Amino acid sequence: MTEQIIFYLLALAITAFSILAVTSKRIVRSATYLLFVLLATAGLYMLLGYYFLFAVQISVYAGGIMVLFIMAIFLTHKPGKDIRTKKGWRIHASLLLSVVGLLFSGYIVLNNAIGIVQFIENEELTMQQIGTAMLGTGKQQYLLSFEMMSILLLACIVGAILIARKTKTEKNESNDTEL
Amino acid sequence: MGELLINNAGVPVLAYQLVSLIIFFAGIYGFFTRRNLMMMLISVELILNAADINFAVFNRYLFPGEIDGMFFALFTIAIAACETAVAIAIIINVYRNFGNAEVDNLKKMKG
Repeated sequence: MTEQIIFYLLALAITAFSILAVTSKRIVRSATYLLFVLLATAGLYMLLGYYFLFAVQISVYAGGIMVLFIMAIFLTHKPGKDIRTKKGWRIHASLLLSVVGLLFSGYIVLNNAIGIVQFIENEELTMQQIGTAMLGTGKQQYLLSFEMMSILLLACIVGAILIARKTKTEKNESNDTEL
Repeated sequence: MGELLINNAGVPVLAYQLVSLIIFFAGIYGFFTRRNLMMMLISVELILNAADINFAVFNRYLFPGEIDGMFFALFTIAIAACETAVAIAIIINVYRNFGNAEVDNLKKMKG
């Protein structure tokens, strides 16, 4: 029963904050609502018994990505200024699209509802199990994906620096085209 | 459906799926209505987060002895971090060239 109460509180928070995050007029507020959604999702993971995923969600998503977001917002926006959204039929069309999509997918989900209400409580995943699964090469072990991820992160660092850096020649070129 | 959502045993799969659906379609709405690149990125994060919840829930409820879904969610979080870093680099570049970060500027690309 306690579990259910906690779940419905988290679900309420997620619903409210995700809708606020996409309708708010101030960008910093929107980012803060996104942070709340991510933290409540971490709460859901904890409710499911995935403590490692909980820690990763908090540290990578709510910690790392949100800091990136806030930094980028302060680099590219004037604080306290309302941002513009699209107007007219586009808003109605997207509202219609998301409501119809929600109803359609909700209908499918309800009609094919999986009648499981309780999961089997296993003992908690130990770090040893997670480590063996992440660095093994057998069945259900993920060494290849892990190493691909490290290459992807490296490529992402190099790419981000390459895109965002300001070069002298580029600046001169842009000045030339303006003239 | 009513007896699935409110019962004495625990939280049903259905409830988790509905929460994830709501996040997903909130993200879709934001992606189509915003004209600011940062706000569009926030919507994309919401959509990815909805997918993560589904991975974890299906793993826990349907295949409790295995941990594949948890690893899928872990790798999705890492990919989301990469994607955000590159997208923010692009947005900063757009801001540098156009003076603001709005998607309407990007009608013409070089090359």
